[in-house]
Amino acid sequence: MAGATYDGNLLAGPLAEVFAAEVTVAHARCAGCGRDSVVAELAVYGPDPGLVARCPGCSDVLLRLVRTPDATWLDLRGTAALRLPT
Amino acid sequence: MSIVTRGFRGRREGADDRLPPGQYLTHDFPVLSAGPTPVVSRDEWTFTVRSEGGERRTWSWAELTALPVEEVTVDIHCVTRWSRLDTVWRGVSLDALLEDVESAADFALVHSHGGYTTNLPLEDLLDGQAWIAFEHDGDDLSPEHGGPARLLVPHLYFWKSAKWVSGIDLLVQDEPGFWEQLGYHDYGDPWREQRYQGD
Ligand SMILES: [Zn+2]
Repeated sequence: MAGATYDGNLLAGPLAEVFAAEVTVAHARCAGCGRDSVVAELAVYGPDPGLVARCPGCSDVLLRLVRTPDATWLDLRGTAALRLPT
Repeated sequence: MSIVTRGFRGRREGADDRLPPGQYLTHDFPVLSAGPTPVVSRDEWTFTVRSEGGERRTWSWAELTALPVEEVTVDIHCVTRWSRLDTVWRGVSLDALLEDVESAADFALVHSHGGYTTNLPLEDLLDGQAWIAFEHDGDDLSPEHGGPARLLVPHLYFWKSAKWVSGIDLLVQDEPGFWEQLGYHDYGDPWREQRYQGD
């Protein structure tokens, strides 16, 4: 997607604090268009004021992550499902 | 097109007095984006105010620019800690847009092309505090900075000055916007350093 600052690999560090699993190899299903994407392939904007990961298909927001001085906020409302291989 | 100049040049002392706590001065204009830059032509651009009762009022580009255009010189402060002083903008005051809208709402939720939203009290959009801005430093506002038109609310952190503005919902109850849902402050006064909820 034109203009994306980074790819989904930038999510590895921040998300490691939330998920113990390696999430960049997880699959995320877009709640908007249903596309299945590997997290590492998402189009990511940021890092400030927060990280925004978008669907490569329809550009809807799948995930938002904000780190404030005393909390990490994770919004996954745009992710219909996250599939973590075991 | 009438032109009113209204500046906020009250304090002309050193830059230090004009920097809110925790901010540093920059002469660049950093671009922060949460998504791809929407491509919106002036021909297709509209701005819609929806009142709490469902009444809608829409302006085309021609209707917007037929309203009195003001030039303002203001300092702007980004929550990512940069500030720019004496930035020059031209646009239409929200007072001119909202004067015909019947509303008893206390809050506003600003919408942008591309899906961005931000919330603030309605009174902060009135009394010469906010504009729909379409020129910056003498040029048409570029898409990366929110063109064709963005909201300009310089007394609050700059994430409230929504790029690619498309409309405002007037609400009886406050509704958090795109960043306010993720821990950022509902008001965002840079002088009180209201970056995050609880600040
Ligand atoms: Zn999608």
